Parts: sequence; structure tokens; C-alpha cells
Amino acid sequence: MVADQALRGLDSLELPPDPGRQGGPGRLARRTWAAFWPKLLAVALVLALWEVVTLAGWKKYVLKGPGPVFSNLWQQMQHEMLWATIGWTMRSALEGYLVALVIGSVVGLLVSRIAPLRAAVGSIITGLQTMPSVAWAPFAIVLFGENNSAILFVVILGAAPSIANGLISGVDYTPPLLLRAGKTMGLRGFALYRYLILPASLPAFVAGLKQGWAFAWRSLMAAELFVAIIGQTSIGQVLDTDQQNLDFVGVSSVIIVILVIGILVDTAFTKADIALRRRRGLLDPAAAT
Amino acid sequence: MRVSNEQVTPPAGRPGASALSAAGFADQTRLADQAGQPGDRNIAVRLTEVSKAYGAGPSRLLALDSVSVTVADGEFVCIIGASGCGKSTLLNLVAGLDKPTSGQVDTGGRRVGLMFQEPALFPWLTAGRNVELALRARGVPRAQRPAMTTELLDTVRLGAFRDKRPHELSGGMRQRVAMARALALDADVLLMDEPFGALDAMTRDLLHDELERICAERTLTVLFVTHNVREAARLGDRVILLSSRPGRIIEEYALPRQGQRRIDSPEVSEVAARLTDRLREEVGRHGS
Repeated sequence: MVADQALRGLDSLELPPDPGRQGGPGRLARRTWAAFWPKLLAVALVLALWEVVTLAGWKKYVLKGPGPVFSNLWQQMQHEMLWATIGWTMRSALEGYLVALVIGSVVGLLVSRIAPLRAAVGSIITGLQTMPSVAWAPFAIVLFGENNSAILFVVILGAAPSIANGLISGVDYTPPLLLRAGKTMGLRGFALYRYLILPASLPAFVAGLKQGWAFAWRSLMAAELFVAIIGQTSIGQVLDTDQQNLDFVGVSSVIIVILVIGILVDTAFTKADIALRRRRGLLDPAAAT
Repeated sequence: MRVSNEQVTPPAGRPGASALSAAGFADQTRLADQAGQPGDRNIAVRLTEVSKAYGAGPSRLLALDSVSVTVADGEFVCIIGASGCGKSTLLNLVAGLDKPTSGQVDTGGRRVGLMFQEPALFPWLTAGRNVELALRARGVPRAQRPAMTTELLDTVRLGAFRDKRPHELSGGMRQRVAMARALALDADVLLMDEPFGALDAMTRDLLHDELERICAERTLTVLFVTHNVREAARLGDRVILLSSRPGRIIEEYALPRQGQRRIDSPEVSEVAARLTDRLREEVGRHGS
């Protein structure tokens, strides 16, 4: 079988040679370091700038340098209070986000499938997305009173439109060629969604989830600043109290906490996104680190 | 362009067939009318006076004009034509993805598989899973699918690449997975829309051999659209030449088979040259 052998030869020539595992743990350490040092450098630069501004004496009765702020943060971390506060806020975030996930997915699926529904609410969803969530806080307080429901309401309104929009655009951008292939195979109705349209939409959906998280986190902070629940301290409430006490160190510490949590969760989404793209060959292998 | 009222004009005469008789195929070349008649063979695909128009009013575009074709079971028919000849429209009609404006398409209830220029594999599934999904869509019970997938991938000689995702395979290998997927539908009729158009010459050449082997093993009926005259002359039992805008049959050539052809053999070159001349003549009509 000359043709058979030629074909095998061609197959092996056309595939890139397997690079194998080079270096083992050392390689992992190098890659981690390569990914991290620019971030560390950026943080160091910001801290240095902060220190310089403080030493220069700008707003010298209020402004404190990174030293006092981080030592305060370190002290706070020894106390259970900080963790309880973070725990409470994260619980609200998670609850609101999960409800937004369900609502956003259902709405997104319905809107993408039903044309009149899209005409009716498609642009409203995008409108809701651009709405600053802080504006919903007074509305929610009037509607629900100062309680957890008001907070969840704001979080859900913040996150659900992004999640719905992610799914809608994923469904919309399902490649027509794949649809043609699917229909030739005999995929129709539910099966077409289950085996083709939804898997094809996954990258856009994950992008929507990521954006939804960013909106949820912002909305939650806005809502917590407005809504004081008796007996429960949230991150937003700590921030509010520190502001009223003109406590620069306190305010700065809370902002750092908010920033770090936001970055950590966002990183998790980015990792999921990259893994997904790599599986589908949507990632330039040279750029993927 | 505007549509004329001469929609029922029968296909032009077939002087080309006699012209071809002078070629290397001389002794075997017969008029397509005779060769195409199935005799004791059954007809797999029958198109009767099929026309397809898109749009309406002044912007109405007639893609196919009164095309009649019969393809016998096990026959390999190539359709060639310049741009705008409605080749892909024709395949969509046979595949049932589109309805003709007038005329009839009849495949006698045969299963029809369709392959495109792009492999159109699902990028989130491995090669094996892509094939399995087609089996599932066809209603093959779960227990039988793995063994059938193995067999289909072996047929296209990709058994070792079952767990690779499409992006990890070369263009030619992807197209072979697409072929395995089309075969998974247990199609009697394989419609191929320039399936090797995006491949390099060497891969294409090898895939011609592969396609020929698979068709023989499975007695497949193939309607193969291409703009590559050499490919048509290499593969076809019969070659149908379509005019452009609207697509009409202008010639049919029967190329009976005597052993295996090669892309570089003199008779293939000679037929290809003649097809090219006729095609240029046809395209030239639109330039004046």
C-alpha cells in the first residue's frame, strides 16, 4: 500500500513534533516567575509612588503612607472581625451571583430563541447593562427596606444582563457552517441546542459570566454603602464607617481588600476562559503562558 | 441580473462529447445520455427540470435554470463550472437543505451526506467524538457507537488520532475526519462541495486515491462539485459542465474507467485541457 504509507508519512510530517516535558518542576517555576515578576514590579512601583507622595507632604494631615496602611491591614487580619465581614459580603455576592446566573441564562436562552421577545427586550437588556448600579440602590431600599433583599436585588440587576447578553451573543455567533453541518447530520430542535448551539456558545457565555461577576462585585459594594443591616457588618459598611471617621488608614485598607478579592475572582474566570480557548484551538500556542 | 423568459430552454446540444472522442478516452467515450442511463442500475438521484431563484422582483437571481440530472447508484459524477454556476445551490437542493423554485429533486429516500470545503468539525469535540455525534444523531444505540467510531476512523486511516481535537490535526486530516463523519450517517449518496479545494496538491492527490477506495468499498454514489478540471477528469465517471448565471447544463462527458487513473496521466490531462477550453469559452461569454 504505497498510498497508505504516503498518507501516514504526510500525517506525521504535518503534525508538529511533540515537544515533550522539558525541565519538569524547574520549568514550572520559571514560567510562574515569568508571569509574576511584571505584576510584582507594577505593585512595587505604585507603592513607591504612594510613599514618595506621602514623604513630599501632600495632604500631610490626612494622607498616610503604605507602611501604616499595611500594618493596620496585617493587624486586622489577626482578628476574626475582618474575616467575618469578608465572609458576610462574599455570601451576598455568591447568592446574588447565582440567582443572576439562573435568571440571566434563562432570559438569554429565551431571548435568543424567540424573535418577538428579542425585539421586545433585547435592547432593554443592553440598556440595563449600561445603567450604573448605584442608581438602583435607593430604588431597592424604597422597595424592600434596608435589608438583604435590597442588596441582592441590586447585585442581580447588575450581573444578570451581562450574563444574558453573553449567552445571546454566543448563540448569535454560532458559525453558520457548523449549523449547516449539524442540520445535515440531522440535528434538530432540542438536540441542535444541546449538541451544537450551546457548546458553540460556551466561550461567549464564559466571557459574559466574567463580566457579570465584575458588575456583581461593583453593584454589591454600591449596595452595601447604602444599605446598613443591623447586626451584620459588611465590607461596604466598614468603608462607610471609616469614611465618617475620616480614617484614611481604615478606608485604604478596605479598598485594598475589595481590590484583592475582585482580582482573585477575576483571575479564576480568566483561567477558565484560557483553558476553554486552548481546548478549542482558539489560542495562539506561542502566546499562551 | 435580470432573468430572461427562456427558462425552459433545454440544455444546449452536446458537441463537446464528440470533441472529446478525439481525446485519450476515445474508444470508451460515449455520449453521457447513453452512459448516464442506468439500464439495470437504479437511479440514486434524479433532478427533473430543477430551477432555483433567489430574491424577487428586479433583484431576482436565477441560480439554476432547468437542470435535469440522473445519477445511478454507485456512480461518481463531477460537476464543474466557473463562479456563479450554482454548484453549491445544486448540492443544497439534493441535500434537502433548500427547496427548488420549480422542478423536482428525488433521492428515493436515500440517506444523503454532505461535505464542504471546510471540514466544519465541532472544535470542542475530539475527532472520535465528532464521528460519534453523527452516529448519535442517526440514532445508533450508545453501546454500538464506540466500535463503529473505531471502524469509521480506521476507514479514513485516522484510528490513531481519535483523541485529537480538530485544531491539533492538519487540514487534510480534518477533511478525512469530516469524511468519516459523513460516512457515519450511513449515507448512500455523498455530496461533496469542493472538499479538497483548500488542500495542497500532494494531500489532495492522496485523498483522491482514498476517496476512490472508500467509494469502491461502500458502493457510494457521489456528486462531487469542483472548479478544478483536473480533479474532475481524475475522479469522475461522468463530468457535468454548468454554465454561469444562470447555471445550466452545457455539456456532459462520460469517462468510463479503465483501471486506476492518475492525476498526471496523459488521458486525464487531455480531458482536463478540453474541459478548460470549454469552460473558458463559457466564461468568455460574460466578458463581452
